[in-house]
Amino acid sequence: MLEHLPALQVVVPLAAAPLIVLLRRPRVAWLLASAAALFAFVAALVLAAEVASTGAISYHLGSWPPPWGIEYRVDALSAFVLVLVAGVGAVVMPYAWRSIPAELPRDQHYLFYALQCLCLAGLLGMTITGDAFNVFVFMEVASLSMYVLIALGRDRRALLAAYQYLILGTIGATFYVIGVGLLYLLTGTLNIADLAQRLPELAGSRPALAALAFITVGVSLKLALFPLHLWLPNAYAYAPSVVTAFLAATATKVSVYVLLRFYFGVFGARQVVESLPVTGILIGLSVVAIVTASLVALWQADFKRLLAYSSVAQIGYITLGIGIANESGLTATVLHLFNHGVTKGALFLLVGGIALRAGGAGFEQLRGLGRAMPLTSLGITLAGLSLIGVPGTAGFISKWYLVLGALQAGQWWLAALVVATSLIAVAYVWRFVEAAYLSAPDERSAPAGEAPRVMLIASWLAVGACFWFGIDTAYTVEGARRAALFMLGGLP
Amino acid sequence: MASVLHPGLILVFAGVALGLLHGRARAALALAAPLAAIGILLWVGEGVHWSGRYLGIEVTPYAVDALSRLFALIFAIMAFGGALYALGQPSRLELPAAFVYAGSAIGAALAGDLLTLFVCWELMALGSTLVIWSAGTAPAWAASRRYLAVHLLGGVLLLAGIAGHVSETGSVAFVRMALDSPAHWLILAGFLVNAGAPPLSAWLPDAYPEASWSGTVFLSAFTTKTAVYVLLRGFPGTEILVWVGLFMVFYGIVYALLENDMRRILAYSIVNQVGFMIAGIGIGTELALNGAAAHAFTHILYKALLLMSAGAVLLQAGRRKCSELGGLFRTMPFTTACGTIGALAISCFPLTSGFVSKSMISQAAANEHLLWVWLALAAASAGVFLHAGIKFPWFVFFQKDSGLRPPEPPLNMRLAMGLFAALCIGLGVFYQPLYALLPFKAEYVPYTGAHVVVQLELLLFSGLAFFVMLPMLRRTLTITLDLDWFYRVFANRLVAGSTVLLGLASGTVQSWIQAAGAAIRAGAQRHHGLDGVLARTWSTGGMVLWVALLLAGYLLVYYL
Repeated sequence: MLEHLPALQVVVPLAAAPLIVLLRRPRVAWLLASAAALFAFVAALVLAAEVASTGAISYHLGSWPPPWGIEYRVDALSAFVLVLVAGVGAVVMPYAWRSIPAELPRDQHYLFYALQCLCLAGLLGMTITGDAFNVFVFMEVASLSMYVLIALGRDRRALLAAYQYLILGTIGATFYVIGVGLLYLLTGTLNIADLAQRLPELAGSRPALAALAFITVGVSLKLALFPLHLWLPNAYAYAPSVVTAFLAATATKVSVYVLLRFYFGVFGARQVVESLPVTGILIGLSVVAIVTASLVALWQADFKRLLAYSSVAQIGYITLGIGIANESGLTATVLHLFNHGVTKGALFLLVGGIALRAGGAGFEQLRGLGRAMPLTSLGITLAGLSLIGVPGTAGFISKWYLVLGALQAGQWWLAALVVATSLIAVAYVWRFVEAAYLSAPDERSAPAGEAPRVMLIASWLAVGACFWFGIDTAYTVEGARRAALFMLGGLP
Repeated sequence: MASVLHPGLILVFAGVALGLLHGRARAALALAAPLAAIGILLWVGEGVHWSGRYLGIEVTPYAVDALSRLFALIFAIMAFGGALYALGQPSRLELPAAFVYAGSAIGAALAGDLLTLFVCWELMALGSTLVIWSAGTAPAWAASRRYLAVHLLGGVLLLAGIAGHVSETGSVAFVRMALDSPAHWLILAGFLVNAGAPPLSAWLPDAYPEASWSGTVFLSAFTTKTAVYVLLRGFPGTEILVWVGLFMVFYGIVYALLENDMRRILAYSIVNQVGFMIAGIGIGTELALNGAAAHAFTHILYKALLLMSAGAVLLQAGRRKCSELGGLFRTMPFTTACGTIGALAISCFPLTSGFVSKSMISQAAANEHLLWVWLALAAASAGVFLHAGIKFPWFVFFQKDSGLRPPEPPLNMRLAMGLFAALCIGLGVFYQPLYALLPFKAEYVPYTGAHVVVQLELLLFSGLAFFVMLPMLRRTLTITLDLDWFYRVFANRLVAGSTVLLGLASGTVQSWIQAAGAAIRAGAQRHHGLDGVLARTWSTGGMVLWVALLLAGYLLVYYL
């Protein structure tokens, strides 16, 4: 059983989806989906422990050896991402127990749970597979389910958001597969490790460059790098609360992982960092993303949308670390991928509670929330500290490494920018504090009453994680550093 | 035993508990917690008591040596006096916030590494903002926001500097730094923001007088003095600090003389006094550093005393403008006496605490043959006597009869004032215990004939000047007129003139900065605001266009 764990990691949630559709009963559907998510989480933890003690695991599907068969590969980097994705997937399930009945009609519940399982399976598959085309397959599994999950939102604008994401997501996936196709033509293989071996001799050739461009743009779309982020704010704002929390914490992060894989695992650090202006462009776009998206967030009228734009800015920090491309920078990228996933997950989960009670999260509905929903407000404020990057929170750790990375690369201005833009985050988190604690409630405010208990517990688990990973950094920093060193293996 | 308990954390936790308690239990805790902190600080031995690893770096959140003990001790004493004074404060938020503020100041003093220092630094900013805000008035609300903005900026500078320092040295230990890299300049700038140094001196007199009658007492003690402490530890003997300090000295005097609000006069006087300390740090000899440390200690006591008496007047009479006050000595003799003792101490009158500390800084300047510095400090001493030593008590307690007949403040406030007045006199007479606490071995003797005579002459002449020029001072309140009467006329004119010019210039620059800030904000809002081009929901076609452009761009760049 244990030796087949890499396959089960994906197969269990994947198989749960059709089962749920067959059984249909909401309660059973929830039970099945939760069991699958929990299994995935435990499996991810076991795999991560195994990787930490014995090194990378290679699993051959159907016992076909690579490069002919499909290989599943768990190494320092993918184990880390697996734990994040499966962990968030597990935490949102108890939350969904109360949140989904409040937002969806009863006959759609089973659809949600089935799609949620599919999406989870897709994201885990993208992470674990060692085959470039297999990544595309799982990307489509995850994306198609995401489009529907977003369209389930109560707000009619969710339909438009899902449609726009569908168009752009499809373009992104197409670009990706074009890139992979070019690589296949060049090298005759789809296995990532194999590609990495054969590509260096063909590195300067035009098809290889075109492949790099297509994959970069395709994946950038998926991870919502400025200016390809335009689908994200509406998708996050109008999707059901659980979906927003799950996607914000995982979907873009897995795309970042794919980008890292291709930059450092396939094309190799030498080519990406040294001979092409990849990092320069990435730094430029990241900086613009951080500044503009933070400013846009500052003036939003809806708190959920504010957080969505803040996500675009935070993705900027993540890609900035890739652009800096030294050990601390990449450590920061992997760390922020994890820490921001936890932080934003917590925030969106808590906002879901507000939306449930008040019917939305516009700032006029947040007035006086500190009294109406004290635990929710406190949680948002605390997770907000992590979003800002206050010492003692998870957000601080990743920004700290980002600043160190920028300084070690001799980029003083980037370090200053990272620290200074935290002030914009202070300002937009302050807007919540001001509305919740310093404004008198009026007739549009949320009525008194906390969110349901299971939702609060799930949310506070995530809030606790924001602080846990800010104080006990042994797991995250060590994992991220190992992943960074692993990626930089190609550099002297 | 004492090394297990962190006195700063005790106050922070007590602050949280104070928010939940009521009545007698609250009062008992408010007095007991600072006393416990004082006890621990007196007992605890020197050395590193807490250490650990964070982010792969050695951190020492609790390290004691002579310098940190001195500052932590005075902060704890201040927390006790302030709590005693503020027991009757109706605001539920102010005392807890002040305790968090005081506790984090002690934490900053005991921090052996820069990361802990930074955490305490930010916590102080938060606590002090809440203290201002809890006054509950609209101006206090606005002032607290401006105050927070300046301090967050300072925190950003500091953090960027610390990150640079770590990436250069691989250690966060808080040691002496030289101005040899951008990181250290940033750290210095972050420290100086909290000290109220130019060009950002204005936050202090802007914010402190807006706090409640008891809030200002707390505010006067911690933020600027923590800055003095970190400068003492991090940048002793850095020459630029001499000039920064002198600028602050005269900035404070000029504006205090022009000011009418009694607590704002005292707030400007904080800038002035901190200027003395920073100049001492800049001189950097053992005597000067001892002087700066001792002066911080005594200054906290007498400035708190002055602000307590001003707070008592504000509470009992409800007025804060000098022109509306006067003649209060009839019904508030005890407050008058305490205010006068504070005024004498700030003027460095012999037998008060100010005399035994500040003369050390002047003597250090003389020992180093820094003639101009010495002259400026001497002239400034006269200026201090004018604005804080005479102007404050004269206009508030004596002068014309304003017709106000407020009663004395409640007992706890009188006790707090009495305690601090006793300390001001006591340290002036029995200065040996204070000298024993100083970071370096003090062989300085304050009461020599020359010291006493010079100081008395200085005070006598400037006092004379004040009363001779009183009619003019009241009518026009110009600066050169009264400074003319000092016995070092020429030096004064030069310095005061340039200070006024610099002050005016910085005022203009500030208004430019504000205008530019407003323009930037408007521009940013036009593009990033709700309907701005960057925040709109785009058409799907528009989004796809961007994708195509980006792909074309990438291909172009890679092929070239």
